[in-house]
Amino acid sequence: MSLENNKEVISLDPRITRANLISGNHSDVEGIVHFQTYEVFHQNKRGAQHKHVGIVHAPNADMALLYAKEQYARREVTANIWVVPSSCVSATEYEDDDIFTTAPEKLYRNPASYKVMDRIQAFKERGMKATDEV
Amino acid sequence: MNSIEALKELLYKIADDQLIIGHRNSEWTGLGPLLEEDIAFSSMAQDKIGQSEHLYNLLHQLGEADPDTVAFTRNAPQFHCSQLVELPIGGYDFSLIRHFLFDFAEYSRFEALKTSAYQPLAQVSKKFFGEIKYHTMHANTWVHQLGKGNEESNGKMQESLNYAWNYALGMFEPGPAEEVLIKENIFIGEIALQEKWFSMISPLLENSGLTIPSQAGWAPIYGGRVGEHTEHLQPLLTEMTEVYTIDPSAEW
Repeated sequence: MSLENNKEVISLDPRITRANLISGNHSDVEGIVHFQTYEVFHQNKRGAQHKHVGIVHAPNADMALLYAKEQYARREVTANIWVVPSSCVSATEYEDDDIFTTAPEKLYRNPASYKVMDRIQAFKERGMKATDEV
Repeated sequence: MNSIEALKELLYKIADDQLIIGHRNSEWTGLGPLLEEDIAFSSMAQDKIGQSEHLYNLLHQLGEADPDTVAFTRNAPQFHCSQLVELPIGGYDFSLIRHFLFDFAEYSRFEALKTSAYQPLAQVSKKFFGEIKYHTMHANTWVHQLGKGNEESNGKMQESLNYAWNYALGMFEPGPAEEVLIKENIFIGEIALQEKWFSMISPLLENSGLTIPSQAGWAPIYGGRVGEHTEHLQPLLTEMTEVYTIDPSAEW
């Protein structure tokens, strides 16, 4: 591809050559208005939670939904999509992320610390025995 | 004409339309107006090519050559696509208007084919109806956005609509198969299809601030269905088959 400034671009890709593009530094495009972004939430079956999967740029919600479908629902099972303007999201500050730390002596608040696995195991074994007897 | 010949004629024109518009629209890949649109438009182009493969497979079951041979070894006069789909991509305004006019015709066509007496065709029609529905949503959203955008965007869309209109009417070129297809409940026929299409698109275009050319000036551009094409089809085919013809026996 020819990279000299202000020359017509000749490419191995015939589509590029046909487009009659002029080469050069195009970073001088000024006043370009960027679309807002929409946060995309994907639901894989009815009744399930919508999960955040990413963003799309779009001028309005209708077009955001079109793009969300192609961007985030093309390759997976999908029941429903939400889009929400990113500007509607309120967030905590990263500098305040210490509010999320839990003091080590309060581990009992973490469900993983409950010693229930023995009881679940015992329940399962009872269940198995009951089935065996039938 | 017996019903198998009539069915082949129907399948060829639908499949060729899809293959050619799929290839045409894929020419926007990497050049689309924004990243998300580039991905969406390319994805729909792929859908079209995939749909054509399903129909070429049905033709194969009826004794025609395999899909790759049919898609990649014919010359322009052997294609049954309408001239609308072979026109160059032009500007995005034209590509969107063509996408709108073509995909609403596909929507009406496949809605009718879902109840076709020819079961294999009814089945594939149901299978890719969702894709086509999305294509019409995409087309209508864009046409509405630009039709209602500003004076410049409305003007460009209107100009493209005026240019594309008679080509679009050419999609409904009646053929010798009509009578048999209707009688055997295989398909509703091109005249009924055009009416369904028109009643779908006219309120949408009006709602988008666009005016359908007045009926007095309608002059459908026929010929595509019988192998008469514009000068644009053969170069497209040459480009599309460039890699295939290097080694037709290559495994992909």
